[in-house]
Amino acid sequence: MKSKEAQLAIGKKKSGFRYMLKQYWKYRGLFMIMIPSVIMLIIFKYVPIYGIQIAFKNFRLKAGIWGSPWVGLDVFRKVFGMPIFWQAFQNTLILGVMNLVIGFPMPVILALLLNEIRHERYKKTLQTISYLPHFVSWITLSGLFITLLSPSTGPVAALYRLVGAQPYYFMGEVSTFRWVLVVTNVWKSIGWGSIVYLAALSGVDQEMYEAALIDGASRFQRIWYITLPSIAPTVTIMLILRAGSIVSDNFDQVFNMSNAAVYKVANVLGVYTYEIGLKNMKYSESTAISLFLNVISFAMVMLTNTVSKKVNDYGIW
Amino acid sequence: MEINQASVKPRMPERKKNNIIKRTIGEKIFDTFNVIFLGLICFTFVYPFWYLFATSIADSSKQAMSQIWFLPQYFSLDSYRNVLSSKFVYLGFMWSIIRTVLGTAVALLLSYHFAYALSKRYLPNRNFWTLLLVFTMFFSGGMVPNFLLIKDLGMMNSIWSLILPGCISAYNITIMRNFLMSIPDSLEESAHIDGANDLTILYRIFVPLSMPILATVGLWDAVGHWNAWFDAMIYITTPEKQVLQVTLRRIVLEGSNSLVNLYGEEVQVTMTPETIKAAVTMVTTLPILIVYPFIQKYFVKGVMVGSLKG
Repeated sequence: MKSKEAQLAIGKKKSGFRYMLKQYWKYRGLFMIMIPSVIMLIIFKYVPIYGIQIAFKNFRLKAGIWGSPWVGLDVFRKVFGMPIFWQAFQNTLILGVMNLVIGFPMPVILALLLNEIRHERYKKTLQTISYLPHFVSWITLSGLFITLLSPSTGPVAALYRLVGAQPYYFMGEVSTFRWVLVVTNVWKSIGWGSIVYLAALSGVDQEMYEAALIDGASRFQRIWYITLPSIAPTVTIMLILRAGSIVSDNFDQVFNMSNAAVYKVANVLGVYTYEIGLKNMKYSESTAISLFLNVISFAMVMLTNTVSKKVNDYGIW
Repeated sequence: MEINQASVKPRMPERKKNNIIKRTIGEKIFDTFNVIFLGLICFTFVYPFWYLFATSIADSSKQAMSQIWFLPQYFSLDSYRNVLSSKFVYLGFMWSIIRTVLGTAVALLLSYHFAYALSKRYLPNRNFWTLLLVFTMFFSGGMVPNFLLIKDLGMMNSIWSLILPGCISAYNITIMRNFLMSIPDSLEESAHIDGANDLTILYRIFVPLSMPILATVGLWDAVGHWNAWFDAMIYITTPEKQVLQVTLRRIVLEGSNSLVNLYGEEVQVTMTPETIKAAVTMVTTLPILIVYPFIQKYFVKGVMVGSLKG
């Protein structure tokens, strides 16, 4: 690909500003192709990152980002001094851990069970159906679950009445609301999450099963000694990738499903950031919390990536 | 690469057919249990949507006292008549379609161009540009700086506020880039020798070869746009310009009844009936329910591409 000139230039001087400019001139056609995208990237991704500085300023709308006075870490001190912030942080962590501990193994189990089904058409149909909730927005699903779990008209309450029990308002009680979030989250993501594992299962060498069969291994033994070890690397990678999400609460879900009665547990950091930022116009405080969260999740990603590289020799980059 | 559910091979089909090794009673019990159990699980995926549908076609004035299980006892299409005659619902439907089509087109165009440039080894400072992109995957300005930016750009209440901010997705571009890098260089070299310029090469050689990945990413974008609501909720303040998801949210979750005109109701209702809520939800979700069986295989492919390191 390289012309004679370029090769000469490499011989002389590989770096250097003039060389660089020449390279850009030489490949200007390619560079022009990406310029509009780069402009969009800078405007819509990097300008907001630049705007994070209002977390260190006493932001006033009239003065704007530039004109507002610097206040150092005052905003952070103020935010960290608020009990409601710590409540939100705690709620986020609890929900994150629950979602991880309960939500993570479910797709693996589903994949293992699906893999045991011999009837191909049945299995494919089940799989396709299990993806369905993945395609539907949390607004729709929230409306759906509110109706289903409604203590007056919902079918769940009707089932309770059929067996003579008192209907329970799962979404309106502090004690059950978190479980509603976790279960509905599993419901939405289980089918979709199982794709990766099913693919891993399809890659397992079939001869191993045949050999095991001849040796008289039972079904359970085959799963335990062949299937599970075969997909263990995939599971580990997915777990490590997932571990970073403990602090990122599912805003779409929590915001749409929560109501005033369960605010004590539904007040997660995502919701809180929205409320103080866009509802109460406390721009600096809201940005400070966003930054705090972003730094934590960034650190988690870096950490998990490092661990992943050590353990599996596989990193995201 | 073609690992999707279609190629998930049945385990030892030959052997099982010949029944060389018979299943034990325990295994038979397990198999039966498994088939039934997974069937029940799938029932829980379908039933909520079915219940929604059944509620939407119920007659709200008569149905109130009796429980709907699978079909309403009193059938009526009034809810749909109400909902579809609402200006806000059909405007919302229109804006949602505009947003989906325009948003997908813009995102695909910009993403593909970016991915194409990044896939070329001879791009000057290639690592820098890649890092500039990938960094945004892990670090973002957050809600308020984004909001202030849209405000300062004067894009409030404009459809562009829903289309432009999300048009550069680092994840999608990385996937496209990895796909493009798997196309051999030789194709391009001969075209260069023939004197074709970069844009011609991009559209004449690479786009036709990239159709699978364009379809996958385009469908991701489209479903994402159809389901998106948060940006519209904060950037669009005029109800006439609102997208369907937010209108749905107002009606179903916030219980606002000014958005659907409840004509034909003799008594002035203070609460939006469940049947109306169900009908609005159906109208919003139906497009997805209709297309999902056909597009899910592209999504599955995308997951596989994304989970493999390119």
